Amino acid sequence: MTRPPMADLERIYRSLRLIRRAEEEVARVYPSDKIKSPVHLSIGQESIAVGVCDALRHDDIVSGTYRGHAAYLAKGAPLDRMMAELYGKDTGCARGKGGSMHLVDMAQGVLGASAVVGTTIPLAAGFALALKREGKGRVAVSFFGDGATEEGVFAESLNFAALHRLPLLFVCENNGYAIHEPTAKRWATNRLVERAASYGMPAEAVNDGDVLALRALVIRLVEGMRAGTGPAFVEAKTYRWREHVGPNEDFEAGYRGRRDLEAWQATDQVVRIGGMIAPARRAAIDAAIETEIAAALQFAENSPVPDPAQLTTDTYA
Amino acid sequence: MPDAAPRALSYVDALREAAAQEMERDPRVFVMGLDVDDHKGIQGSTKGLVDRFGPERVFTTPLSEDAMTGVAIGAAQAGLRPIHVHIRMDFLMLCMNQLVNIAAKSRYMYGGQVKVPMVVRAMIGKSWGQGAQHSQGLHAMFMHVPGIKVLAPSNAHDAKGCLIAAIRDDNPVLMVEHRLLYPLIAEVPEAPYAARLGEARVLRKGTDITLLGISAMVPECLRAAELLREIGIDAEVIDPISLVPFDRAALAASVRKTGRLLAVDSAWTMCGASAEVAAMAAEDAPGVRIARLGFAPTTCPTAPSLEHAFYPNPAVIAARAHVLVRPDAKTWRPSPEAERSVTGLNFKGPF
Repeated sequence: MTRPPMADLERIYRSLRLIRRAEEEVARVYPSDKIKSPVHLSIGQESIAVGVCDALRHDDIVSGTYRGHAAYLAKGAPLDRMMAELYGKDTGCARGKGGSMHLVDMAQGVLGASAVVGTTIPLAAGFALALKREGKGRVAVSFFGDGATEEGVFAESLNFAALHRLPLLFVCENNGYAIHEPTAKRWATNRLVERAASYGMPAEAVNDGDVLALRALVIRLVEGMRAGTGPAFVEAKTYRWREHVGPNEDFEAGYRGRRDLEAWQATDQVVRIGGMIAPARRAAIDAAIETEIAAALQFAENSPVPDPAQLTTDTYA
Repeated sequence: MPDAAPRALSYVDALREAAAQEMERDPRVFVMGLDVDDHKGIQGSTKGLVDRFGPERVFTTPLSEDAMTGVAIGAAQAGLRPIHVHIRMDFLMLCMNQLVNIAAKSRYMYGGQVKVPMVVRAMIGKSWGQGAQHSQGLHAMFMHVPGIKVLAPSNAHDAKGCLIAAIRDDNPVLMVEHRLLYPLIAEVPEAPYAARLGEARVLRKGTDITLLGISAMVPECLRAAELLREIGIDAEVIDPISLVPFDRAALAASVRKTGRLLAVDSAWTMCGASAEVAAMAAEDAPGVRIARLGFAPTTCPTAPSLEHAFYPNPAVIAARAHVLVRPDAKTWRPSPEAERSVTGLNFKGPF
């Protein structure tokens, strides 16, 4: 695979690094109790959202999960409104009514996320149905975890999307655990890609978190989808560095070993892509990211809380 | 205004006309659901729509009610206006997660960024052995959840107005339709019109007791009122039409006048719509005498002798109303002749 041009690498690095550092700041601030929301951090999993979203057009649509900071930011939604949402502020992307698990930005093409695993997969299919009818070549991406593939709607949505040749990319972020339960205790076989392919769509795996390989794969798959070839499926293996929910590591709990973490850290894509960029240039990007994060935290701190009169607003449209 | 002259139209034909007129008016409207495009067309309520509007706007679905509900919600968030049809309400249990956790909440939990303008049509079955899983009235489960509107029109005129209002509404709206209402005929204007949601209809004015019927229990209450008239009890009959939003003011005004309420639902009474109606009446008109009727508190059987005992009927409603109005009088029950004379909801299978 040829290496992308430097401008692309810088953009990819910037996105990876922003997500990593923003979530590290979320984890740092978390014990202060200023964040009024459970947080499911993507640290270690950033390369999937970035690899996929960098292959998309601005007017494409992504649908994330409750572990959704990465998809939200990778699609270009603003960090300050995410931080304000986590702080429970009126300026948050969901006006303080959704929290970390329900990030949304329709203007940037980020569908609202759900805390009930798998529920957003068919929603992305419904959105793709509308995009197909619109006929402008836009595509939708549904991100979901390995646990979601056990839900009925996963199979139902694959079938419907293939039947109607919907412009929908299914992306399974397989981090190997549903909360604390490994796939070995939940799956009869690991043949997820075969399962997806049997519905009648191209299905491929990226097993090592390689952001550039994933990006190249998605560019290829999406090209066909825009031309009307129907849905495609990607299983992207990854690893969650922190606990299921909360800011900490949890390797002392015993359900998984630190050696697994170290293997993934050895191929950390933030470090890897950063290493492809000249040090001075990288330092400038890093500095800009720190400024952006500081401003976002400041914005969240300074924003007003929602007025209690807003309690029932938007119950109905 | 174009020709609004009333014609006689059945409930099912009114539903089909409403869908066709709205699909004609708005290209975003589409119909999906198992069998909506087959030769029977959901008892006729979607018949012919595929010929007129094409398979992109009228299509059957795999038997995947859960995901198909999600597809409808996603399409609605994308700006389309789906009508998702279920031939029995019992199948809504497979849609519960999407309707309760996503459809009802999206507007709110996404800070007003999205709308979910979708209609879910669901039919309650009855008679000819519909049995345990083709007969349930589960509307109260959806009334419980903020963010969903619930309509239960009882006649052809309101069926058309409610479906049009539901399609034009920017929220998820559940249309509760009763199979036995489908053949009933009423005057229905041809020109499109939208029901005003949250506005009840007083179908019969009276002074002694308020009979509030829901869905197929509205005609049964009207028949009960006829039976009561023969013994000098003047019943008022209210059709709420819309369960969410509910016309609380109309209910309050009626029960303040009559002092008595009998709420009759096409469903069980426990935590049901009738319980909510009773609670609202008790809060708004303290001192009012209240009773409820609904399905017997058991599973719906198939044998006709058992099924007959499962449902409230005009005689049972009249007898219960009599106790509310004249608590000290001797037990009364309409004569079998009188009972037969008011029975009109005949139904014969197959569905």
